[in-house]
Formats: sequence, structure tokens, C-alpha cells
Amino acid sequence: MKKTLSVLLCAVMLLSLCVLSGCGSSKTLTLNVYNWGEYISDGSEGSLDTIKAFEEWYAATYGQKLKVNYTTYASNEDMYAKLASGAVSYDVIIPSDYMIARLAKENMLLPLDFSNIPNYQYIDESFRGLSYDPQDLYTVPYTYGVVGVIYNANVVDEADAGGWELMWNEKYKGEIVQFNNSRDAFATAMYKLGIDVNTTDRAEWERALAELKTQAPLVKSYVMDEIYNMMESGEAAIGAYYAGDYFTMLDAQADGVDLRFYYPERTNYFVDAMCIPSCCQHKELAEIFINYMLSEEPAIANAEYIYYASPNSLVYENEEYREELGEEAVAILYPDIEDFSKLYNSYAYQNLDPETLGFVNTLWESLKIT
Amino acid sequence: MKTASKIYTGLVMLFLFAPIAILLVFSFNDSKSLSVFSEFSLHWYRELFRDSETLGAVRNTLVLAVCAALLSTAMGTAAAVGIHKLKSRYMRAVMDTVTNIPMINPDIITGISLMLMFVFVGRLFGAATSLNFATMLIAHITFCLPYVILQVLPKLQQMDKALPEAAMDLGCTPMRAFLKVEVPEIMPGIVTGLIMAFTLSLDDFVISYFTSGNGFQTLPIRIYNMTKKTVTPKMYALATIIFFVILFLLLLSNLTDADTVQAVRTAREKKKAKNKA
Repeated sequence: MKKTLSVLLCAVMLLSLCVLSGCGSSKTLTLNVYNWGEYISDGSEGSLDTIKAFEEWYAATYGQKLKVNYTTYASNEDMYAKLASGAVSYDVIIPSDYMIARLAKENMLLPLDFSNIPNYQYIDESFRGLSYDPQDLYTVPYTYGVVGVIYNANVVDEADAGGWELMWNEKYKGEIVQFNNSRDAFATAMYKLGIDVNTTDRAEWERALAELKTQAPLVKSYVMDEIYNMMESGEAAIGAYYAGDYFTMLDAQADGVDLRFYYPERTNYFVDAMCIPSCCQHKELAEIFINYMLSEEPAIANAEYIYYASPNSLVYENEEYREELGEEAVAILYPDIEDFSKLYNSYAYQNLDPETLGFVNTLWESLKIT
Repeated sequence: MKTASKIYTGLVMLFLFAPIAILLVFSFNDSKSLSVFSEFSLHWYRELFRDSETLGAVRNTLVLAVCAALLSTAMGTAAAVGIHKLKSRYMRAVMDTVTNIPMINPDIITGISLMLMFVFVGRLFGAATSLNFATMLIAHITFCLPYVILQVLPKLQQMDKALPEAAMDLGCTPMRAFLKVEVPEIMPGIVTGLIMAFTLSLDDFVISYFTSGNGFQTLPIRIYNMTKKTVTPKMYALATIIFFVILFLLLLSNLTDADTVQAVRTAREKKKAKNKA
């Protein structure tokens, strides 16, 4: 009795092991998409549910059922860790520029077959040949954004606004918030001083550190996500962040707070782009998905939901979309698009070599300690 | 002295419940702001029920928690009975220690080591993906199991050993004696173990984070991943609903507990009265 029971239990265990390792994988078509959280139009507030629309469109066009397994991550590093563990298989991922450069270098991306992505023609010429993918082999841009300075006009004198100097202005001691990560914080100082943010010259980084040290007594706190609440409530009056996020703050600003936004002369640009990782199992399907995301309706829905700028001409040339945003928002979200690749390649962050990165981090720690 | 103790109790209550109260209030806010309450509305509740991804994550979390709780309770009870029957004191100490390891191990170590094992086994079988619902279920059972054993074992030790022996003397088979006599005796332990396993599985983040695969994401992971942009007030609405559901369940279980205690008491008193008479 006891023996048969234990034999039975062993059999159950082994069977579950078999199921776990994927012996019984099913035959239905699935596409695994891995994206940032809150980074696609999901049907809220009457918007288009992009994933559902794609499934329906696919069934109607190809006569076959398709299920999109849509999961999310919180940071590029989280995404990288999951991908590198080798335990998962994704078909489409949407990382940021510097992470794309790293993935490409480590052979973790597949070159795209652009004959399956005809809608790529709508991506503006100025988004080709960007430094993270100079030959345009691996990526289709999804969103982009520019860092600018946000300030509360009820506290800050209009005359003082205009450059990075505002974040160093002693008049506003205790009203300024600075980025709480080394790369972004150093960049504000480097753009102010006109230093190349991708330099490997240690003396230049030390100069930026000295600049940050003079700023330190004026800084209220070093923040990331907390900036939303601090700016919205009027707790802080000056901070740098992405243009798209400025509108999120504007939506929720308290009474007596009047948030404004401007671009300093030199600043950072980011691009998040769709790529196919090397663990992909349905490459053609993934390319069909990417192509669909570039078509008019889903692209506009996503741009309206995310509130970041879209590199897709079907979106930014669409009259209804521009009207929906309003003139002021269009002007802020879409500055100087003609020169994008030139600006991007000269000012945006590139992947630093590990030695420089380590050095920057020690400098950063020395700032945080004092 | 008395006022001081009252103030102290008040402060403790404040710190315990103020965060929940704030969440509750702002889930009814019309705007997105966390600092200004503009107008009462059910806007975010409507949005929540339209968000299929979040509802899917809620469903995933519940399915996982129910499966993990039931399986770990069954396995844990069986394990507790086995450990209780061990004759050698040395063996019992060894088993106790072994079952306690997942409990005292930091979550992050349990999570990473489980992930590594799943990947290793997956590679061994040549599978492209090795993390899925089954792996998450195994992980959750792993960390729930010791808690169930810890709840059931003391009940077994409290039980009079003569009870099942008497049942067998009167003609029960060992299986029947176990089901009819032992199980009812240790039932409170089993139920507490089940509830504990369910709640542990429900709010686990770290281990789930490492063992989740392509298609299966639980609610805590989904909320964590919203931090690129701000967490939407939809989540306040969801948290409020979950809070009230759990409060309701807690009240229900406490009330039924009180009922049974009361019933046992009155029965005893009746017996006493009878004996006296």
C-alpha cells in the first residue's frame, strides 16, 4: 500500500516535470510581446485596445486565431535580466536606445526583414542611422522624447528661465529637484558646461562633478518618480524631466501651481524602439505585429495614450491628432524634427565603456555622501 | 497614565490605517492628482473594469493563489502526519530543519535558486522556454509548504494518541480512522494553514518576479511595472476593492469562529448540567 502510493507520487512528480519543460506545448499561435508598463493604448478612457485590435485584425486577415501574450517590465535592466536568463522567449521587445546598443553588441537581436514591414516608410528619414543602430538593421522607433526643464511660474521669475542655469540659480534655493541617477544628473551639468556627455576624459567628468557640488546646497532632493508628486503639489518648483511627462504633471497640478516647460540649448534625447530578440520563435509574426503598430489607427491611439512624441509621420501629420493635442502641446512634443538624427547623435547618451561607467559611479557616490 | 495609553493606541491606529484611508479616499477622486481632491466620482472604478490586462492579472493571481493554497495544504498535511509518525527523534529534528529552510531563507535567494533550477531543467529537456504557470505554481507551493506544516504539526501533537487507536480497535481501517477521527481533530490547523498559504501566495512579489514567464503575470508584478510612468489611480480603486473583500472574509471567519466557540461552550455547559442532574 505504502509502496504503491510512493510510486504513484513519484510518477505524478515526474509527469509535472515533463509538463513544466514544455513537452506538451500547444499548437495555437501565440506572440509574446514584452513592453514597458503603461506603454500601449489599452482601451481605457474610450481609447483603442491595441492588442485586442491586432488579434481581431489578424484573425480577419489571415483567417487564423492568434493570442498575444502581453507582459510588462519596469526598467531596461529588468528586461535585460529576464532576457539574459534564457528562461523565456519573447518575440517583440521595446527597449530604450542604450539598451538596444548593448543587446546588439551581445548578439541578442535579430536583423529585421523590412519587406515584411512596409509601414517603415512612414518613419521619418531623420530617425534613421541613429547611433544605437547606425545601419538600421534591428530597430523600428516606437516613441522618442527630449529632456527639458519644468518650472512653476508662480515661484520662478520668467526672466530666469531659459537655460540649464535655472537649476543652479541661488534665488531658488530649496526649490530645485535633481535626477537621482548618475547619468542624468551628470548630463545636466555637462550640457550646462558644454561638455560631451559621452566623453571618456576623466578630467571632464570631474569638472561636471564640481558643478554638481556647487548645486548640491540648492537642491531640495534627488528624485526619480517622486518628481511627479513634488511638482504637481508645488512642493518643488524646478526640475528636469521628459516633455511627455510634463503633460502628465500638468494634468494633475494643484491650485496655485502653474507649471511651464522649455528646452535648454543642449539636452538629452531618447528613443524607444521595437526589436526582435534572438530568442524569438515566430519572427515573421513579430514583423507583422511591428508593421501593424506602425499603421495609422493603432499608432495614433498609442501616441495619444503614452503622450510621448511619435516618429511616425502618419501620427504627427494627422490633423485630428494635432487638434486633440492642441497647438502648445504639439510645439513642445515635436521640436526641430528635421535635424533629429544630427542632434541625437551629438547629444544623446551612448553606452559608456565599463571603466568610465565605474569611474562616474564613484564620482556620483562621492557627491551623494557629502 | 490612562490618557497616555489612549493616545498611544490612537497613534498606533493612525499609523496602521491612515495609508489605507488615504488610498480609499483618493480612489474616489475625479482627477489623477494625489494632492488635490477635486470631486467625488467613480471614474477610476469604471476605468478599472475596462482594463482587460489588469483584470487578467487579477484573475492570474487568484488562480495561482487558490491552486497553490489547495495543493500545499494537501501536501503539507500529509507531510505533517508523516513527520508526526516518525519514531526516531533524530530523524524528526532533521525533517523539521529541512522543511523550515524555505521559510527562513530570504525570498530573493529562494526566487533566484528556483529560477536557476527551472532554467537548468528546461535546458536539460531542450525546451525553448522553461518558465510558465507550472513553474510559478511549484515555486509558490515551495514557500507555502512549511507554513502549512507548522500549523498542522502542533494540532497533531495536541491530539490524544489513543483516539485513532480506539477507532481502529472498534474496527476502523487505518485510512478510515485517519479520515474520520484524526482529520476532524486537526481541522483548525488545516484551515489556518490553507488561509495562510492563500494570503502568502496572493501577495508574494519577489519569488513570483523571478519565476514568472512569458504569458503569466500576477498583479503585484504588473503594478510594479507601472513605475515608468506613474501608477494610475485605477490601482487605488483595485486596492480598495481588495481591501474590502479581505475585510469581509476576515469578519466572516472571525464570526464563524466565535459561533463555533460559543456552540462548544453551551454544549459543555449543558453536559455539565446534565451530569449534575
